[in-house]
Amino acid sequence: MMTAFHALPRHDRHAGPGVLPRLLQAMDLDAHLAAYGPPPYGGRELIGVAAVAGLTGRGGAGFPAARKLTAVAEAGRRAVVVGNGAESEPASRKDKQLLWTAPHLVLDGLQLAAEAVGTTRAYLYVHAHPGLPEQLGSALAARAAAGLDRARVQLVTAPPRFLAGEESAVVSRINGGPALPRFKIPPVFQRGVGGAPTLVQNVETLAHLAQIARYGASWFRAAGTPAEPGTMLATCWRADGTVEVVETAIGVPLGELLRLSELPPQAVLVGGYHGTWLTSVRAATLPLANAGLRPAGAAVGAGLIAALPHGRCGVAEAVRVVRYLAVESAGQCGPCLNGLPRIAAGLAELARPRPRPRLRADLERWAGLVERRGACHHPDGSVRFLRSTLAIFGTELTAHARGECSATSHRPFLPVPAGVPASQADWI
Amino acid sequence: MSEQLRVNPTACTGHGLCAELLPERVILDEWGYPVISAEPVPASLRKAARRAVTDCPALALMLTDSPGQPQSSRSARS
Repeated sequence: MMTAFHALPRHDRHAGPGVLPRLLQAMDLDAHLAAYGPPPYGGRELIGVAAVAGLTGRGGAGFPAARKLTAVAEAGRRAVVVGNGAESEPASRKDKQLLWTAPHLVLDGLQLAAEAVGTTRAYLYVHAHPGLPEQLGSALAARAAAGLDRARVQLVTAPPRFLAGEESAVVSRINGGPALPRFKIPPVFQRGVGGAPTLVQNVETLAHLAQIARYGASWFRAAGTPAEPGTMLATCWRADGTVEVVETAIGVPLGELLRLSELPPQAVLVGGYHGTWLTSVRAATLPLANAGLRPAGAAVGAGLIAALPHGRCGVAEAVRVVRYLAVESAGQCGPCLNGLPRIAAGLAELARPRPRPRLRADLERWAGLVERRGACHHPDGSVRFLRSTLAIFGTELTAHARGECSATSHRPFLPVPAGVPASQADWI
Repeated sequence: MSEQLRVNPTACTGHGLCAELLPERVILDEWGYPVISAEPVPASLRKAARRAVTDCPALALMLTDSPGQPQSSRSARS
């Protein structure tokens, strides 16, 4: 097992907290300053430390943080940094919990990232969860009163849409437009907010960055695996219906996080609604780490793992999720606009008795037609979810074709927001 | 340097002209949107490719030097 949180190396720059959690400890500014002190400003050197630490983005794509920082720092023009807290997976709660619990770690990281790329222009972009923007506004005011911040931080709220946290959608919203993805030529790190080189970094990534600045790269690497160091926040939906955000070393077995031997499910969803279903047998052999998940066609994503209990219908769950994904298409790219509604309707038909014989072939063709043809990865992720649904719930689909369903409860398990967007105004 | 034809999918409105001008590299999907070959554009097709770029009614096509990097506007013109 790779659960070990090794003892701290004695030669490390600072001792640093040697136990988990590293991030998820509730602290107001006084407690935060007592525990950690002010942000350890050190300029661009932090990028090198983050590279040695092996910090990767915690928003889903897992891109190396140091490479993004370097690209923006070297763009040659005054940059903008954005802390992205617009976690939009309906089942994911980790960024919201981090922002409520330890906002000053995120805000320290935002300041340090701004300094590392040589700017004083920063934004914090979050969903308007009840009370959260006000709470963050107070946190920013308290920091200003204490004279902690060098970059001025503007708070911007995101519309409650699935794609609102996509990097280019974030930039569009901060620019005063709708939170819609755009074609990434030129990339955001060259041309983002106000046309400036822009660093969009997930809020959890920024919190890790703040602690790497304080305690060093080898402290960070003392948790996790050599290939994927550090800890990560994960939203765990267990088969008993409980939901918990945990901070875990990367590489911990899924079985431990979801308590699979005690609460065996019928299947496990890894990586959210752009993610992959696994059989419970397979999931029980895998760690929460990309190296281990890759052979199973899965990825950590933004750390959502969900165990579907026995007695629920995986097909019905997938039909609801895929319909939601089709509704959440921005409708800007022809293949996604045309393909996702057909895929959603096709999967719904496949879940009903006597689907037409060619439907499976249609679904597979449509999946191929939308894949890698969008400005963003929404079609790719939606197709990944569809394909793993067809692969994992084959027996249940056969039963449905005969007019049977093995579920004993038809209460929805995975959350899907109610309501259908009415107009473009919903993207603002 | 080999060139690659790319489409901005948010700008494309599915006129389909590109598939008529450059059938060697572009076909249309069942909804009328271009599926562009990942093959580079050889010198023999460069003229037709540039015409497809300049004639696209939605200005959605471009020639890139390498994946993700737009060419200078000078070389994208005919």
